[in-house]
Amino acid sequence: MKTARLAALAASVALVLAACGSDSSGSGATALDKLGTAEKQLNLVVWAGYAEDGSTDPAYDWVQPFEKETGCDVQAKTAATSDEMFSLMQTGQYDGVSASGDASVRLIDAGLVAPVNTALVPNYADLSTFLKDQPYNSSGGKNYGIPHGWGANYLMYNSKEVTTAPDSWGAVFDPASPFKGKVTAYDAPIYIADAALYLMSAKPELGIKDPYSLTQAQFDAAVALLKDQHGVIGEYWNDYTKSLSAFSQGTTVIGTTWQIIYNLAVAENPDLKTVLPKEGSTGWSDTWMISSKAANPNCMYLWMNYITSADAQAQVATYFGEAPANPKACDVIAASDATFCDTFKATDSAFAEAIHFWATPRTKCLDGSGDACVPFSEWIKAWTEIKG
Amino acid sequence: MSTSTHTVLPAPSHGAGRRLSRWLHTKPRARLVALIGAPAAWLLVMYIGSLVALFLNSVYRLKEDGSGIDKTFSLDNYHELFTTQVYRDVALRTIGIAVAVTVIDIVLALPIAFFIAKIASPRWRTILVAAVLVPLWASYLVKAFAWRAMVASPGGVLDTTFGFSPGYGVTALIVVLAYLWLPFMVVPVYAGLERLPNSLLEASSDLGATFAHTFRRVVLPVIVPSLVAGSVFTFSLTLGDYIAVSLVGGSTQMIGSIVYQNHASNLPLAAAYALVPVVVMVLYLLGIRRTGALEQL
Repeated sequence: MKTARLAALAASVALVLAACGSDSSGSGATALDKLGTAEKQLNLVVWAGYAEDGSTDPAYDWVQPFEKETGCDVQAKTAATSDEMFSLMQTGQYDGVSASGDASVRLIDAGLVAPVNTALVPNYADLSTFLKDQPYNSSGGKNYGIPHGWGANYLMYNSKEVTTAPDSWGAVFDPASPFKGKVTAYDAPIYIADAALYLMSAKPELGIKDPYSLTQAQFDAAVALLKDQHGVIGEYWNDYTKSLSAFSQGTTVIGTTWQIIYNLAVAENPDLKTVLPKEGSTGWSDTWMISSKAANPNCMYLWMNYITSADAQAQVATYFGEAPANPKACDVIAASDATFCDTFKATDSAFAEAIHFWATPRTKCLDGSGDACVPFSEWIKAWTEIKG
Repeated sequence: MSTSTHTVLPAPSHGAGRRLSRWLHTKPRARLVALIGAPAAWLLVMYIGSLVALFLNSVYRLKEDGSGIDKTFSLDNYHELFTTQVYRDVALRTIGIAVAVTVIDIVLALPIAFFIAKIASPRWRTILVAAVLVPLWASYLVKAFAWRAMVASPGGVLDTTFGFSPGYGVTALIVVLAYLWLPFMVVPVYAGLERLPNSLLEASSDLGATFAHTFRRVVLPVIVPSLVAGSVFTFSLTLGDYIAVSLVGGSTQMIGSIVYQNHASNLPLAAAYALVPVVVMVLYLLGIRRTGALEQL
């Protein structure tokens, strides 16, 4: 009797839980035609440092001026990884997201984001053309977002220990590396693309053309390379503070990094150097996307226009340490830091084109080479196996 | 007697309360529900409910393109966990680390607890118990980060002071986890030893037993339940760890790190894998139930 009642209770709990998970399928969302009145509220999912309101550093505040200007009260939720961003957007509680390429394609395919009417974003015209209509921010001829800023994944090394300056990613993919235990790699499935990029020139017979569009054989070769690399890895990093401490202390002497990490680390350890290897590199280009279920679409459009204005871009780029998507920001930054945009190569389109920006791999190849590409779900599984 | 009291008391002043109390008095079942209803609901929804949610998610699967979760019943995740080498390796490694941490904590906790319970003066006893517990007030994260600076090689505190450090890896991980969970072992062992009458130790020594003999024949049988109780903490806490391993474990993966890595990208697989520590702990608890250790928790 008692057990029966308990079982009934447990069953009802299970039913309630099952009912909680609603289905989020179907896209078909359309872009906004014209702006209406601002909704007074804006909920964003952002990378740390993308929506500063002066509470971290009083000198950097581009959220409060926006709130004053538009009346949209900004609530920003910071996410640590692209996966986290994706799952936060699945809740449908947010109006927009600053998505990197390893999330943006998934967001589009899952119908979680809506196309963007760039006519409603006047500053869009000023943005660097090499960032527009890319595989990671458009789909089927439709634009799905406004470029925010970008950066390359560099090779950083400690010149005190790595005495011959490396010029190839081969330095981190050598299973007999003299720096065994002091090599680092980015801890995310998307890092498989770095191995694929290296194989593009190291093993041309594999025929890799785009590191995000890999056939099974090409993918297996990249995974095998990473499994060999695992033996020389000291630790993987995904939190930039972890990479920062490892490089400044010297527990890591060679591996992939971001410009911002280098800038902070070299202040503590002047032996550190970075190089863009001859194979080129992977990189990220972040995009503001609007949720297909946005409760405050007008505020989101106002935000997308505001955040790509020269003044806001100047603040974001200097605070975060990335190349601004709007080259006009360089004039603003030059007033205080004349070399900034050269350091980050913000207006160097040849440099930007040598970067293979992160994009989410899927069965329907991103480079249009067919329908037999290894999808991202396989990349995720492989990453666990690589780390063993 | 009760009837006379009732007639004396002015009934209207606390009418509702009194009526309720009278009604409850006649309905023992209703009394029981009122008493344990809230905690039982909490237990069901929060504890059992989250386990049910975990189990439900584990039988869903990720869509091919990774764009969402396919909510139809499937055992794909379990099939994958059982057939893929890496998940077995990581599960076994995690259990191995948990065993090592538990053994180290037992070896360290025994003399500490014995000293506190049997040798220290009452004043010192209080101070020492507090000293064992104080580290628990500091955040786990702060302690793990401190150890990251300690075991770094080269340049860490251990390296510069003693000229030797294990560096990031499994060894450092075991050391750090053993440090983190030590209080959870010392406290139950101390409680167990305190209940051991000194007269037993004296009698054993009067009868000519050596210290080792006394320890084996008198002390150990009394504190086995305490050791088991402590090991439940050290073992289960290690099985679930993912922060220490990311900070000092180098490139090592544990069950927790795989669950963490997948929780946002492949929730069903993460849920299925998260059931591994649950199953291990259930088996462990079933195994030790008869030692009576569960009463010591």
